[in-house]
Amino acid sequence: MNIIYMLLAISVFVALIFFALFIYSVKRGQYDDTYTPSVRMLFEDELVKEGTSPKSETSKEKITNPKK
Amino acid sequence: MVNCFHCGDPCLDVEIKHEEKSFCCYGCKTVFDILHDNDLSYYYDLEKTPGISPKEIAGKYDFLDNETIVEKLLEFNDDITQIVSFLIPSIHCSSCIWILENLNKLNPSVKSSQVNFPEKTVRITFTAKENSLKNLVILLSRIGYEPYISLEDSERKEKHINRSLIYKLGIAGFAFGNVMFLSFPEYFEHSEFWLDQFKPFFRWLMFAFSLPVVFYSGSGYFTSAYKGLRSKILNIDIPIALGIAVLFIRSTLDIAMNWGSGFFDSLTGLVFFLLIGKFFQQKTYSYLSFERDYKSYFPIAVTKLFKNSEGKTVEEQAEVYTVKKGDRLLIRNNEILPVDAILIKGNALIDYSFVTGEAEPISKQSGDKLFAGGKQQAGILEVEVLKPVAQSYLTQLWSNDVFSKDKTGIFESLTDSISKRFTVAILSVAFISSLFWLVVDPSKAFNVFTSVLIVACPCAIALAAPFTLGNVLRIFGREKLYLKETSVIEQMAKVDTVVFDKTGTLTTNQKNLITYEGVALSSEEKQLLTNTLRASSHPLSRSLYNILDKNNIQTLDDFEEEVGKGISATFNDNSIKVGSYEFVGFYDEITSELKNRTTVHISANHVYKGCYIFNSEYRKGVSEIFEQLGTDKDVIVLSGDNEGERERLETLLPKGTKLYFNQKPDDKLNFIKTLQQNGKQVLMIGDGLNDAGALKQSNVGFVVSENTNVFSPACDGILDASQFKKIGDYLDFSKSSVKIIKWAFLLSLLYNLIGLSFAVTGHLRPVVAAILMPLSSISIVVFTTIATQYIGKKLRMDINKRS
Repeated sequence: MNIIYMLLAISVFVALIFFALFIYSVKRGQYDDTYTPSVRMLFEDELVKEGTSPKSETSKEKITNPKK
Repeated sequence: MVNCFHCGDPCLDVEIKHEEKSFCCYGCKTVFDILHDNDLSYYYDLEKTPGISPKEIAGKYDFLDNETIVEKLLEFNDDITQIVSFLIPSIHCSSCIWILENLNKLNPSVKSSQVNFPEKTVRITFTAKENSLKNLVILLSRIGYEPYISLEDSERKEKHINRSLIYKLGIAGFAFGNVMFLSFPEYFEHSEFWLDQFKPFFRWLMFAFSLPVVFYSGSGYFTSAYKGLRSKILNIDIPIALGIAVLFIRSTLDIAMNWGSGFFDSLTGLVFFLLIGKFFQQKTYSYLSFERDYKSYFPIAVTKLFKNSEGKTVEEQAEVYTVKKGDRLLIRNNEILPVDAILIKGNALIDYSFVTGEAEPISKQSGDKLFAGGKQQAGILEVEVLKPVAQSYLTQLWSNDVFSKDKTGIFESLTDSISKRFTVAILSVAFISSLFWLVVDPSKAFNVFTSVLIVACPCAIALAAPFTLGNVLRIFGREKLYLKETSVIEQMAKVDTVVFDKTGTLTTNQKNLITYEGVALSSEEKQLLTNTLRASSHPLSRSLYNILDKNNIQTLDDFEEEVGKGISATFNDNSIKVGSYEFVGFYDEITSELKNRTTVHISANHVYKGCYIFNSEYRKGVSEIFEQLGTDKDVIVLSGDNEGERERLETLLPKGTKLYFNQKPDDKLNFIKTLQQNGKQVLMIGDGLNDAGALKQSNVGFVVSENTNVFSPACDGILDASQFKKIGDYLDFSKSSVKIIKWAFLLSLLYNLIGLSFAVTGHLRPVVAAILMPLSSISIVVFTTIATQYIGKKLRMDINKRS
């Protein structure tokens, strides 16, 4: 029955890992904004396929130098 | 009616057809083109008409060429990578998030951008070599997302987010769960060989878990109790701190002496529940700021004029703080003057409505003194600085004592007032019962003394207010009254005097009611008037022009505008003069009463015709609110404007309403102070910087805002202008919520009585405490939640019934 020491040690250890992860995520600021990520994850990635059309090059030029 | 494909506004004057879509203006069309050309049309698929039509910004951001200003705005800068955060008030939907996070498609120098939607900010990382901050701001403005940059940004404090409550809550929850598991076997009191074998180990493990709970999670209660004692206030944290301390000491003794299993489960549970209450109460509207002063209204930079070595006058963008007495400044149309100054050149037409409460723009001649905070409305000015920004007439208001005081904690909360009696009662029960047992059975005395303090720990009482008020705060948020913190609700319930500002609060900022007095104009004269007004950019001309028939637009033969005075024009041998009475002449025909009001006079062919009178438009339901509030409260109007509107207000408002005019910002503050010294609980409702002192001084200060995105001064709550007529209902609602708290107190006192009956007889077993504590807390939370939702629904129904 002494195995219970080991089992307890393991269970507390596992709990501590999750606890540490929680503290880490708070520290990284993951709980500062709980709304935006929920919207962001729904965006399509459809931009990837049309990123390099030649047309967009010229207009980028236009925008970066509005004074021209 | 066609609506704009970009911004959704109806296309009123023009409808621009482009790529089979309609646009209301060229600005909207340009944004569409930019996005379309860069394959960002997905913007329009995410939400319908998500756009904002961009504003004219030519020259507005020239100050970003000044490197010291740029340096202050940047969050990080190593000459290769720069990081900047902007507040963008126009962020409002998922399309906004998407386009702002895809900025790199519009400008490859942007490495990453991340939106924080609740705070309406975007954080942009870009390479400094390929781009400048100015270009970035211009890019954002061109697609309709103009950042809000003000004087406040120049002294950015280290952004400090206090996350300690989440840590404390996390630790308490973690320990609570584990301790519950460990103490579970002992609840059944079976003597079983293996259980007895491991008892000490389990118990010391619980002790270890409770250490961080007591010394970290619960530390706030100890410091607050200490502070309370030192300032001789028996606040609610004193019995709580006492309970936590006794729980911990008694439990430790229990397991050390092998008397029992201790109360570690109740201890960790108590702290956990209390912290949840604190967390729930802490709801904030992060995109609204309740702490703003003049700094977030003033610009960060001004255009300074000075002579260079060759004697030529050159312009330079300078920080507002570097401006000294005697400097020459250039103020463009729609710019805010940040200093007190003397007008040197140009036609000044200054809108002071936000800083003084005067409804109409005031024209000034060269040599006149201009005060800080006014907004120029006509053309370019050259001024000489009299007093720098920190010493100007307006900013002097902020040196008043009220602004250095923290308002929270001045007023005693409901919980604190009950805890005074509660603490005394509990301590006396504890002492009397242990005295009794000292006589009867001394071995039980310590047990009883600690049990009383443990079971009486006012967990449920401490939770009643946070959960009720937290719920009410959320209900108010749904009803578009955004409160700074929960303690405001308790203050609202006590209010017996309501003070209103006039300009911008009782009146709307947008519409004017225009009436005509005098000889009726012939159709020819009317036409001439319309054509004359068309060419003028004066705000009064614009609003008058908007109400006139616009047929038969013709080019005038002759047109001359004297800015700030009036216009004269001729067409087909008819001449017309439109403007102030001084400009039009004919002093005899104009009564002195008219001179006090905002009027546009007209003479045609040198004969006086009459004048258009501009009345400020009052918000809908002003009279009803005054009736409703007047039944049990004093209602007062405190205006910075002149007495021109007195008569109209008197007819509009119930008889006996006190009206005060010509009140300077300081007067308003002192007026509120005097009311308070006479024992009144004052609610101040205002809108502008001139109310800032009064808002701060009053028990509760609300700001009425047409658009919660734009600047509003420091206050306790921001009320959406559309909900203005519901103020009375909201005050009643806060009263009912306070009633709920009182019922919840009664309920938790009942639990305390049950617990005490166990404690004084010496029968409090850990399992009883472990059941009673969560049971009382949870039932209080359930009770307050259901009750607040019920009265919230009733509020909704009452409002619907009335409208």
